Amino acid sequence: MKQLWILAATLIFAAILTFLISTGDLTFGQPAMADMDDYYIENGVEETGANNIVTSIVFDYRGFDTLGEATVLFAAVLGVGVLFRKLNTEEEEAE
Amino acid sequence: MSKIVRTAANLLFPFVLIFGFYVIVHGHLTPGGGFQGGAVMATGLAMIIAAHPFGRVKNAFRKDLLKVVEATGLTLFLAVAVSGFISGGPFFYNWIAHAGGLFGGVPTAAGNLNTGGIIPLLNVFVGLEVLGALTIMILYMLAGAKENS
Amino acid sequence: MNFINALPYLAIVILSLFGLTMMLTQKNLLKIIMGVALFEAAVNLFLVTLGYRNGGIAPIFTNAPDSPLMVLPTVQALTLTSIVIGLATTAVLLSFSIVIYKKYGTVDIDAIKELKG
Repeated sequence: MKQLWILAATLIFAAILTFLISTGDLTFGQPAMADMDDYYIENGVEETGANNIVTSIVFDYRGFDTLGEATVLFAAVLGVGVLFRKLNTEEEEAE
Repeated sequence: MSKIVRTAANLLFPFVLIFGFYVIVHGHLTPGGGFQGGAVMATGLAMIIAAHPFGRVKNAFRKDLLKVVEATGLTLFLAVAVSGFISGGPFFYNWIAHAGGLFGGVPTAAGNLNTGGIIPLLNVFVGLEVLGALTIMILYMLAGAKENS
Repeated sequence: MNFINALPYLAIVILSLFGLTMMLTQKNLLKIIMGVALFEAAVNLFLVTLGYRNGGIAPIFTNAPDSPLMVLPTVQALTLTSIVIGLATTAVLLSFSIVIYKKYGTVDIDAIKELKG
């Protein structure tokens, strides 16, 4: 019975995805709106001085998101440290 | 692991670190940057951890030093971002970019390392943070998994 | 709609279906975590696929030809962040599975159901 529910959920997900992609306006190779990216490509080298446009977007135009991403990585290390904390203090007490 | 694997890991270790540092510092000229180069350097350290037996690895890496490296990376990233207030701009303002001096040169078609403003500094600090974070995670998980055996 | 044009989107649908069925039908905890990672990989591929231009090169001006046609760089920046967040999620999930194995001695999810009922 559970297998039947799983099969139904998978088929509904596949049908929704295929329907969205085939009748939506997604064309591969011709993006619909590219005005913002054209501005970044034209003026990126003069304003930031970096040859790599992706790096200038990640660290200069959208640098605030990179700050959030570095914080997420830090929080992941905190989470791993909290999970293994009791075992570490048992090892230090045994020494 | 066997002696061949240990010797090869010891031989390749400085070259992997140098390549990772190259990918970090040239982040504004070639594909790469802080996160990618930090992952390459952490792979070099993980190679050493995997090749040597656990008793030798547990005492070789000082966890306090790696935690300080990671925290310093994030703090200096924030300090460089706050320093945009110095020249009257907003948060994260690129005040080094065309002002001459270190990292303030003119970009050329062949790639000038002296350009980019705050981007190479941010790359180095994020690379330090990613190196510290990935190595700390590997060491904690290894110590937690090998507790009873 | 042209079928050859939609081939990358078909690959994304197939990859995400693999990830979804692995998450729903497997009994081993590590295989469920592999399904999560596969689903995140499909989402990253979808983000990169949205920014392609026919005949475009990578958006880097070092040793590039004069006035080239470049692909969109913004979605590549979003994918970089998504990859790092996927790494953080997978690391915490695997740490959880280590602690569960320490306590129960098995990673079979049918034997770990103490919260049931």
